[in-house]
Amino acid sequence: MQDNIATLPDGVVTFTSTVITYTGSPASISGIATVAYIIAAALFILSLAGLGHPKTSRKGNIYGMTGMLIALIATAFLLTTSGLMIFLAAMIPAAVIGAVLASRVKMTDMPQLVAMLHSFVGAAAVLVGFATLRGHNDLTGSALLIHNIEIFIGVCIGSITFTGSIIAYAKLDGKIGGKPLILPARHILNLIVILITIALGVMFAQAVGDHDMTKAMWVLGIATAITGLFGIHMVMAIGGADMPVVVSMLNSYSGWAAAAAGFMLSNDLLIITGALVGSSGAILSYIMCKGMNRSFISVILGGFGAAAGTTVVIEGEHTEIQVDGTVDLIRNAKSIVIVPGYGMAVAQAQHTLSEITKELEAAGIKIRFAIHPIAGRLPGHMNVLLAEAKISYDIVLEMDEINEDFPETDLVLVIGANDIVNPSALDDPGSPIAGMPVLEVWKAKDVIVMKRSMASGYAGIGNPLFVKSNTQMLFGDAKKNVDAILTAYRNC
Amino acid sequence: MRIGIPKEIHAGERRVSSTPKTVQKLIDMGFEVVVEEGAGVAAEHYDEMYAQAGATLTDDVKSLWGESDIVLKVHSPQVHPGLGIHEADMIKEGGCLIGFIWPAQNQEILDKLNTRKASALAMDCVPRITRAQKVDALSAMANAAGYRAVIEAVNVYPRFLTGQSTAAGAIKPAKVLVIGAGVAGLAAIGAARALGAIVRAFDTRLEVGDQVRSMGAEFLELDFKEEGSGSGGYAKVMSDEFIEAEMKLFAQQAMEVDIIITTALIPGKPAPRLISAGMVESMREGSVIVDMAAQQGGNCALTQADKMIVHQGVRLVGYTDLASRMAIQTSWLYASTLVSMLDEMGGDEHFAIDLENDIVRGALVCHEGETTWPPPQAQPVVVATSQDEPSQEATPAAGPAEPKKKSNLGSVVVMIITAVALLALGRVAPSEFLSHFTVFVLACFVGWQVVWNVTPALHTPLMSVTNAISGIILIGGMLHLSGLEGQTDTLAVILGATAVFLAAINISGGFLVTRRMLQMFQK
Repeated sequence: MQDNIATLPDGVVTFTSTVITYTGSPASISGIATVAYIIAAALFILSLAGLGHPKTSRKGNIYGMTGMLIALIATAFLLTTSGLMIFLAAMIPAAVIGAVLASRVKMTDMPQLVAMLHSFVGAAAVLVGFATLRGHNDLTGSALLIHNIEIFIGVCIGSITFTGSIIAYAKLDGKIGGKPLILPARHILNLIVILITIALGVMFAQAVGDHDMTKAMWVLGIATAITGLFGIHMVMAIGGADMPVVVSMLNSYSGWAAAAAGFMLSNDLLIITGALVGSSGAILSYIMCKGMNRSFISVILGGFGAAAGTTVVIEGEHTEIQVDGTVDLIRNAKSIVIVPGYGMAVAQAQHTLSEITKELEAAGIKIRFAIHPIAGRLPGHMNVLLAEAKISYDIVLEMDEINEDFPETDLVLVIGANDIVNPSALDDPGSPIAGMPVLEVWKAKDVIVMKRSMASGYAGIGNPLFVKSNTQMLFGDAKKNVDAILTAYRNC
Repeated sequence: MRIGIPKEIHAGERRVSSTPKTVQKLIDMGFEVVVEEGAGVAAEHYDEMYAQAGATLTDDVKSLWGESDIVLKVHSPQVHPGLGIHEADMIKEGGCLIGFIWPAQNQEILDKLNTRKASALAMDCVPRITRAQKVDALSAMANAAGYRAVIEAVNVYPRFLTGQSTAAGAIKPAKVLVIGAGVAGLAAIGAARALGAIVRAFDTRLEVGDQVRSMGAEFLELDFKEEGSGSGGYAKVMSDEFIEAEMKLFAQQAMEVDIIITTALIPGKPAPRLISAGMVESMREGSVIVDMAAQQGGNCALTQADKMIVHQGVRLVGYTDLASRMAIQTSWLYASTLVSMLDEMGGDEHFAIDLENDIVRGALVCHEGETTWPPPQAQPVVVATSQDEPSQEATPAAGPAEPKKKSNLGSVVVMIITAVALLALGRVAPSEFLSHFTVFVLACFVGWQVVWNVTPALHTPLMSVTNAISGIILIGGMLHLSGLEGQTDTLAVILGATAVFLAAINISGGFLVTRRMLQMFQK
């Protein structure tokens, strides 16, 4: 009986016919579940495809929800009554918690939330791995070996995702500093961790082969701890400015963890979904790495963004400007580009900006927003915030779309951005961000940089833009300043 | 290295491939420049100006071609009327030709160049990427031509363009319709607006609407949804239903407007026929049509290339040399793109035809005796919005699709190793695992394909929705819950239930937060 139960998932969920050993139950249930899983998988694919364009994106999200609902209901039918009770008891409060989190989170805190949610998937993958190990099975030979490897890999990836995401959450939330933590000889350290993990994997497979489940549990536990430390170390070594890539990479990892769980449970829906999420996350990271001119490999291995920390001394005096002067420049400009950065997000200045945009557009001034691929703490973070403030996505342009236009721009307002407008990325080969494409705002006639102080940005380097002759600094909280600008603009 | 600037021999061509100003630049780059006597006269650039800039002048066309390492041209090579020899036959063995070549229409030129083992860079084949904008001769010329089209129209238009209220009576402003809002179309809109006309414009590519409006024209739309963007910012062929709706719009507009300027071209195809004879006849007497596609067969049924004809009171302008009519400046603009191209190729000192350089590779139509056109296609990922902003192709996603000769061996090795590893796996692994593995690999590819096309603006919602979807791991936890009845492995159940709990937070939180975000995206 035990064996029957342990192998139950095999029969029900594979597309190929494995032995169905669900005792006393019609095989049609498993058939329906299989069909439901196919539908769910197709809906997930449609969901990702729908997210490709703003027009179809809402439908895409609904596809995703529907797919998930179908998958859950289909699986629920496979549960025993008591199993169902436990399921509902665990799921309903969790769903409520998730809904509350989702409705309460501020849009500026989105990156933290996403990172935190990733950690849940990682933790779940670890738990599923252990639970699967508890379920005895009658596999032998290479099938058993592969099964063990699946469990081991699933748990390890899950563990990395879990701890890595927690660190990413803490960094994004400002609970720990953004500066990269570089341990001496960290590459060798990482290599040793990988070797130890592989050795543990071999021990684990042997222990299971010998039916020494206690030992197997212990070995798996140690592996979880070590890979967990690896995850911490990996994300700790990454500078705050590179967090968007990390979040996307962890997203990818969480997908791979789900796929590994699918392998150990012989569940094709988990495999498909995990692979979808894993590969899409990997591509997102790749696209972002290209945006920052970084190698994809070095990101996957972690520990990038390490060069930050060398401080370039910027020579020259910056010019300060007040709100009135800013308004004068705005009034005299025919075309204005606004470059928002994380500072705008923190200050929640997007709503006032939206108001300003409407006023200026009504006055016939061409106003546009320039978004750097890594502005903010998540890819597309700025777009989300501007969209929240009802700024039309037609005037929100990507870096490549707008970089050529700066020479014909009268005024650029840089709001709480720093590294993404740093000219030393282009002309100082020694700069830590050398080679990263940046918004070439200094080519405009006038540039006003709104910042709290002359402090350096997340990458920890000085910015020669601030002392250029056509740049003026408007110090203070971004929100207060744009509010003041709006008031002054309306009054005169 | 020696650069040769021959006099253009195409009938009516006034432009020249280098002006005194750009000769100066070439000499500063280290080149030696030889100019044919009288090469720039039609563009008001006289021989002594070239001499002053440092060029050597010659009247020997053959030696100019035969002894220059690089020859800069405007028009594609043709038979020299004075000498009776084809220009391409005169080029130095292994030399380099840069100019408009139009390889699709001029296969025999490529053959001739190949027998001379010459390299040729076609300025009309420069890829439309951000980095290539300074080399984009087509846009520079289209801009000038669009402006000139308006000037030519006004020249034969027997009315005012701008509206006036005078003591003697009110004059209504003219209405201008511009068809095709590429570089030329937008330039025409600007010029017509500046003269005081009311301007409307139509384009199959809906995303250019904002650019049209930004130039001060009204953007006409059909009650019909079909996106007309092809690759590289050009338009594509539309469906029959679309064309029908479009023709109805034009017929109606023809009766209302005074001047029509058509600029509709589809790459590699004859120009689409948009204005029928009937529409021409329905126009008010004194109206003007400027058909900028006259060379490619014309957008209007009645235009004749290179001529201005009058049909039932409507003037039909089919000049094909609009850019050449402003030869002083168009020569300079064109010559500047050539300077940028030579700069891209390394200047004098490091001059090389680098096949890894995407601009050079895109423009290179023949090289070392072989035709290298069309270049291997890189998959355009984001549709470029217009011809004057051909920048979107620079999305990083275009990177991996580009050809890289060096990595060929490496990728073959990787493929072989992968194949061997898979075969080994196939030998030992049970079939059940392999079927899962198949599903896994296929799903990876699906995810890969689907995500490439996501607009960067949606990256955060995408990440959040994939995050929610990865909560599917919940099913893994669920499957352990049913262990209860038969078996009393409480630990597995507790583990499973905890996994369900965590994953469920993720699912509901992820989907709802995505929904919140997406609700904000609006036009």
